[in-house]
Amino acid sequence: MVDTKTAPGQPERLQLLRVLGPAHIWALGVGIVLVGEYMGWNFAVGKGGMIAGLIACWVAGLLYTCVAMIDSEVTSTVAAAGGQYAQAKHIVGPLMAFNVGLFLVMAYTMLEAANAITIGFLLDTVAGMQGHSGLHQQPFIVLCIMFLAWLNYRGVLATLTFNLVITAIAFMAIIALFLSVQFGVSSVPLDFSAVTTDPMPYGWIGILASLHFGLWYYLGIEGTCQAAEEVRSPARSLPYGTMAGIMTLLIAATMTWYVCSGLIPWEYLGQAGTPLFDAARVTGNRGLMVLLFIGTMFSTLASANGCINDASRAWFSMGRDRYLPIWFGAVHPVYRTPYRSIIFLVPIALIFALGAPLDQVVTFSILSGLLGYTFMTFNMVMFRKKWPLDTIKRGYVHPMHPLPTIVLLILCATAYVAVFLGYGTQLIAMVSFYIIASLWFHFRRYRFVRRGDQFTMPWPRPEGY
Amino acid sequence: MDIWTILEYAAWALSALFALLMLSDMIRIDTTYDNELLTSSREGEIEAAAERHTL
Repeated sequence: MVDTKTAPGQPERLQLLRVLGPAHIWALGVGIVLVGEYMGWNFAVGKGGMIAGLIACWVAGLLYTCVAMIDSEVTSTVAAAGGQYAQAKHIVGPLMAFNVGLFLVMAYTMLEAANAITIGFLLDTVAGMQGHSGLHQQPFIVLCIMFLAWLNYRGVLATLTFNLVITAIAFMAIIALFLSVQFGVSSVPLDFSAVTTDPMPYGWIGILASLHFGLWYYLGIEGTCQAAEEVRSPARSLPYGTMAGIMTLLIAATMTWYVCSGLIPWEYLGQAGTPLFDAARVTGNRGLMVLLFIGTMFSTLASANGCINDASRAWFSMGRDRYLPIWFGAVHPVYRTPYRSIIFLVPIALIFALGAPLDQVVTFSILSGLLGYTFMTFNMVMFRKKWPLDTIKRGYVHPMHPLPTIVLLILCATAYVAVFLGYGTQLIAMVSFYIIASLWFHFRRYRFVRRGDQFTMPWPRPEGY
Repeated sequence: MDIWTILEYAAWALSALFALLMLSDMIRIDTTYDNELLTSSREGEIEAAAERHTL
């Protein structure tokens, strides 16, 4: 039986299901990001030493706090699937919206692929510890993507409830490790002597370069607003879940730096594959080792799961507006999910997960994210200018405008320099890709877009128009 | 054949199963329902009904 939601007097329509609450929003945002605490952030230590790891943690934390504040205000007002894509469409224009939609899909699909690669790597490590060498990682990578895609296909409530449970366990594992080390469970004491003996081994350029990997601590928190069309009360749930999420991540990131830097020499920490799990191994406590291994697996699964959710919503929204073929804008009549978009993105994730190296996949994800954060700065300025505070109702109003916007822009520029130092070719390749895609959209695709249907929010005419 | 080799085969089998479940359901839905209905979702429609931006 078809489950439709239609206003009286209107034709029968299928819509996404509004079943989520603030906890699901928290689980979506933190779930995507928390894997960055379990791995990846520590390369910042390798780039610039122990102090660089902490500076990157807090500078990137400031960047993402700005992102969370700006996003919370705009998305509590533009509550539509697609998140920043829908924001760009309403506030900037179609070409910007098309690019932002692509940034989102690329960032999340690449991150999903990176998570699947990590699952394969983790299982290979465990197999190796049990004496089985040469494990084939491909079946586990494929299973990870297929299972999570199937879960997403079946419904958003089950998907994000699953994320809530595994993300909470992964977060509690970090707190358990921190408390255990503080209360003397570790056989090795915390040692921060490198802070004074070797504070900046590569100088200020090392500090700058470390910012690239500092983004890992928080990359993806902006994904909360992809669920805007599926939460019961977007004006309340989205800001609440997003701000709670960034606070959670600031705590988790600082704890992670503290425990790992205190237990593991920075020269090793800077190239460790799984720093939190390695820190648990250093403590010599078997219970902590098992807990942190579970935390690593769960955080990776939660991230891939959230990425499938977000990438499919962005793709679906672009299809619905005919920025892409309308075929992608279909909603499942029973599960009420964007089922065609979910299935379409599976082979793309598989291609990157099975055919590309992890650091390249991660860098493309970070670059797409950075381009999206840069968009947020002028999007916010235009939003406040076109619709001042007294013209439309907002679920959240971020303080000290335009200071967060200026800080975000400066930090984005710094992060571009940091990425360029290590991955200049990828940065140029990525920007070239988006330019070519923009030309395609402008000259070939835009003729199919329903221009009159673009603006869907019940807002007054913008100032100056 | 050790446990990890068995798990590899099990992972391939489960992957194929999940792919089959999704694809068969998609084909069933696409052949059962009118495409106009499946693509009838409109942005902002729920939002417009649920919340009026009045001050």
